[in-house]
Amino acid sequence: MDFVYAFLVGGAICALGQLIFDLTPLTPAHVLVLFVSSGAILSGLGVYELLIDFGGAGATIPLPGFGHTLTSGVIQEMEANGFWGIFSGVMENASVGLVAAVVIGLLVSLLFNPKG
Amino acid sequence: MAEKRIGEDTIFFSSYPTIIATASTAGKKEGEGPCAKYFDKVIQDPLYGESTWEKAESKMLLESVRKVLEKARCTYDQIHFMFSGDLLNQITASNFAARELPIPFYGLFGACSTFTEGLTLGGMAIDGGFAQRVLVGASSHYQAAERQYRYPTELGVQRPPTAQRTVTGAGAVILGNDGPGPFLTAATIGRVIDMGISDPLNMGTAMAPAAVHTIVQHFKDTGRNPDYYDVIITGDLASVGKGLAEDLLKKEGYDVSDRYTDCGVMIYKPDADTQAGGSGCACSAVVFSSYFYPLLKEEYQRLLLVSTGALMSPTTYQQGETIPAIAHAVAIERNRPEGK
Amino acid sequence: MILMAKLTREQKAYKQWADSRKPGPSLGRNIVVAYIVGGLICTLGQGVLNYFVSQGMSPKEAGGPTAAVMILLGALLTGLGIYDRLGKFAGAGSFVPITGFANSIVAPALEYKREGYVLGVGARMFQIAGPVLVYGMSTAWLVGLVHWLIHK
Repeated sequence: MDFVYAFLVGGAICALGQLIFDLTPLTPAHVLVLFVSSGAILSGLGVYELLIDFGGAGATIPLPGFGHTLTSGVIQEMEANGFWGIFSGVMENASVGLVAAVVIGLLVSLLFNPKG
Repeated sequence: MAEKRIGEDTIFFSSYPTIIATASTAGKKEGEGPCAKYFDKVIQDPLYGESTWEKAESKMLLESVRKVLEKARCTYDQIHFMFSGDLLNQITASNFAARELPIPFYGLFGACSTFTEGLTLGGMAIDGGFAQRVLVGASSHYQAAERQYRYPTELGVQRPPTAQRTVTGAGAVILGNDGPGPFLTAATIGRVIDMGISDPLNMGTAMAPAAVHTIVQHFKDTGRNPDYYDVIITGDLASVGKGLAEDLLKKEGYDVSDRYTDCGVMIYKPDADTQAGGSGCACSAVVFSSYFYPLLKEEYQRLLLVSTGALMSPTTYQQGETIPAIAHAVAIERNRPEGK
Repeated sequence: MILMAKLTREQKAYKQWADSRKPGPSLGRNIVVAYIVGGLICTLGQGVLNYFVSQGMSPKEAGGPTAAVMILLGALLTGLGIYDRLGKFAGAGSFVPITGFANSIVAPALEYKREGYVLGVGARMFQIAGPVLVYGMSTAWLVGLVHWLIHK
């Protein structure tokens, strides 16, 4: 069943992105910024956690999930270390994905050329 | 008073410069379109054996230049000037091609209007007695333009139906002061027109008013009407801009619908996933050089070629500026006009 | 976007007229395709997540490794020249999932390789992903600050 929920939730988030992309003059970069920030805020309000409970990867794989990863790290670190957790927590949970993206990005650019 | 001028923005060439030969090189997607069989060369690999898109563009231009020299049976020292331009920053595709050529060189930037800008200036150089033979070139390259104006080529983005694809190709023509024709007879120089469009993915809409302004000015200055020409060709308004231009011309009292076409509409197959159609300096250059030039010897007596250019840069549209546009019209006729 | 140019009456009239005739995107088709492709990418992500969970991780611990696997997938498909075609087809269905984030990092890295590894690949890698990090991190920081002000 978790596959079905992942499909439904993930698809819905992407469809919402398409709706914004098609109906406004925003570029993909603008939509992504909007989504990551919305995810971070919804996470702070405790809403995103509920979406993940329901949709699993359907909520974590789309970009708002990355916003949630950032905020959840901050909250977690603040609970452990107080005020300075606001700073140290941002990369707490996100660093796996981010470092993977940088290193893999570099490797792929070594191995491939743009096809055009 | 300048005796070769008429009306506000139009010039007459009194000695009728001849188009001696034309040549065109085009990319793979263009080579699958309706003009395919008329191109001198179609390149399958966008890199064309080079290490960058930019080098490939220069090489295509060189290829067209060498081909047109061969067709015209001209040597380098017979060419007195070369006028050429492209879309890359600092028009490097043309500059770097000219680096390989022993020909005095003028670099032009008129965005996609460059081809008729070059024809106009080349015609003037000949008509003024400053040159016997002039080479006019224009080139563009989809991937090279895409990375400069929009996104990296491997980025997965969807294009709106108003977007246009930059034509990969290069056209070159040789103008001379003698020869059997077709002849350049008149040209109307465009003014920069900005109708407030700021979406770089809707350039046809930004350029249509400039094309219309130049065409209307041409009719007013010369006293001609659309019937004078067998065909009126805009450069790269593509399907969206072409429709707008046609209706704007109708509003101005000129019905061109039975003799109007656009190179951006013609260059790709309708199902080629190129949205509204083609754009780029090469668009009108290769379509004219390959398709229309031979027809001027068989079917058409007179045509009006109006290349259209959108004069923005990534900097200006990111800063929220609107898109200024320009169009230059050149009248090309099979025979020398009588009387004039 | 930043500094909208002021339009004259004539320009406004033209823009309005042109906009009224502008062909719109096929909204219905685009949304259905985005839903299906985006949904399938997330379903695949769920499969990867379930694998890590079956290896003894908690779902929360498995989040990072799952993201890394999906990024690897997006990056490879970009290198092979497939992701840009998927993007043309699926729009937000392929740029909203984290595989699209990987595409946005790898595409400029590949494209600017010809300008060298430092000023090309290194400097341009975050051309599109950069804003996502800037605003994502800043928003998370701000949410943290508000949280601290409320709970201190």
